[in-house]
Amino acid sequence: MNVHDKHKPLTWWEKTYLPGVLAGLWLTTRHFVRNMFAHTLRALGMDVKWLGSVTIQYPEFIRPLFPRLRTHHRLTKRDDGSPRCVACMMCETVCPAKCIYIIAEEKPDAPDIEKIPKSFDIDLGLCIFCGYCVEACPEDAIRMDTGILEISSYGRKGMMRDMQTMLALEPKSKRYVEFDDEGDVVSEPFVEDLD
Amino acid sequence: MPVLNANLTLQAAQFANLPETLQTILFMVLGAAIFAGAAAVLALVGVYLERKISAHMQDRVGPMEVNTEIPVLKNIGHGWAQTLADALKLLIKEDIVPAEADKKLHLMAPFIVFAATLAGFSVLPFGPGLVASDLNVGLFYIIAISSFVVIGIILAGWSSNNKWSLLGAMRSAAQIVSFEIPASLALLVVIMAVGSLNLGDIVAAQAGGIHKWLIWWYPPFNILAFFVFFVASLAELNRAPFDMPEAESEIVAGFHTEYSGMKWAMFFLAEYANMFLVGVIIATLFLGGWTSPFGDFLNSGPFPVFWVTLKAFIVIFVQIWLRWTLPRVRVDQLMYTSWKVLTPFAFVAMVGAGIWMML
Repeated sequence: MNVHDKHKPLTWWEKTYLPGVLAGLWLTTRHFVRNMFAHTLRALGMDVKWLGSVTIQYPEFIRPLFPRLRTHHRLTKRDDGSPRCVACMMCETVCPAKCIYIIAEEKPDAPDIEKIPKSFDIDLGLCIFCGYCVEACPEDAIRMDTGILEISSYGRKGMMRDMQTMLALEPKSKRYVEFDDEGDVVSEPFVEDLD
Repeated sequence: MPVLNANLTLQAAQFANLPETLQTILFMVLGAAIFAGAAAVLALVGVYLERKISAHMQDRVGPMEVNTEIPVLKNIGHGWAQTLADALKLLIKEDIVPAEADKKLHLMAPFIVFAATLAGFSVLPFGPGLVASDLNVGLFYIIAISSFVVIGIILAGWSSNNKWSLLGAMRSAAQIVSFEIPASLALLVVIMAVGSLNLGDIVAAQAGGIHKWLIWWYPPFNILAFFVFFVASLAELNRAPFDMPEAESEIVAGFHTEYSGMKWAMFFLAEYANMFLVGVIIATLFLGGWTSPFGDFLNSGPFPVFWVTLKAFIVIFVQIWLRWTLPRVRVDQLMYTSWKVLTPFAFVAMVGAGIWMML
């Protein structure tokens, strides 16, 4: 906006404030009618994708998560179901919060794998979700793509996650925005029923 | 059922045997109870409407969580029981009175405000013969009784012993006194046109459909009077854009800063009951009252009550709509609006309508 336009004197018609008032009323009417329409259609049982508000009713619905968002960790598995982790201690070493505790053991019957973790615990109460463990891992054994954000507990011990828990987790791709090869958004599930 | 009917007949007979004074008193108590109940329900509906309409205007959802488990009502959803829950909460809330407050006046103020509002209901016609008190000076009575609200507000502001309260009360007094004048002048147009102060007569003069409504008489003077009265009534209701008595961004909550619990709820109730009161007054004076807008179509049985309530709620919707659209005006702009805009236009409407009548 031009600086000089700021102090443009009002015309006689503008000074009555009627055009301003009417413009404002028209604006609120537009929003009201549009939103009421969406709410009414939904109340009548129609499947309306559009919400009619910017509010997302969180516990019932969640927002789409960006693919690069770092959420609850999971451990990936080999084809036979054993953990990919080779207990190299890279993630435990790089972890700035020192929340990963690995106890290694020998893997006797596999020629190309020397070690596997006996236990692999993460204390989510300490974790800062920096994702360094994922970057450091040479085996793609740990990922942060479960989409689980609701991490809470009544005590500190409840924040501990052991190996079996994290092996059982699956990537939650349907919570994510989908992209094509050019990086454009293909589908954005604006609301997603948790159920 | 026959037993019940016989019982009722017997009771009615006993009632007729009572002395006339007692009958009158019983009728009065019954009427007051009905109006108090209706005002409370209307206030609850009004608050819910206000919250929902404002939410949808601002792309929000409003109250959504408080629903009930009652089978039929369960599926309505949309937080329809929110205001019921709020009212229950307010009923059981601790009532805090400031240590330095004038306790008696502090207690009295909300009841004066609520009683004045409720008293206004007594002359409103909700249908043919359906009026609590058919005063021949009904309109005058409403103007007089609605001015009582300002006494309650000043009492509230003064007795709270709080700067914000007093400021809010003074603003409210100045505002209501100023806007009484254009409002009353605008009503004069109606009184001149109909030739009666009785609200029933005013409705009867508009019977026969939408084209007979008083707002279309003597164009454009009655439309002008309608607008003047509507804007002035907004100011008398202390509603946005004229809500300086309780401007929360300037003086916390104005005259009810120091009120909590049920006393605060009385102010709140009175505000929304007042909105409905003004809605019915505007409907009665300008929009045909309880008559159907389609002539004789749907103009009997329960429909008069339906029409007047519908019209009142349309007026309430416009009040809410304006509140969530316009910013609050300054005190000097408020006075300017009253004395330099509305009052002259009210005189123009009055004189113009008068000349039209003489021609």
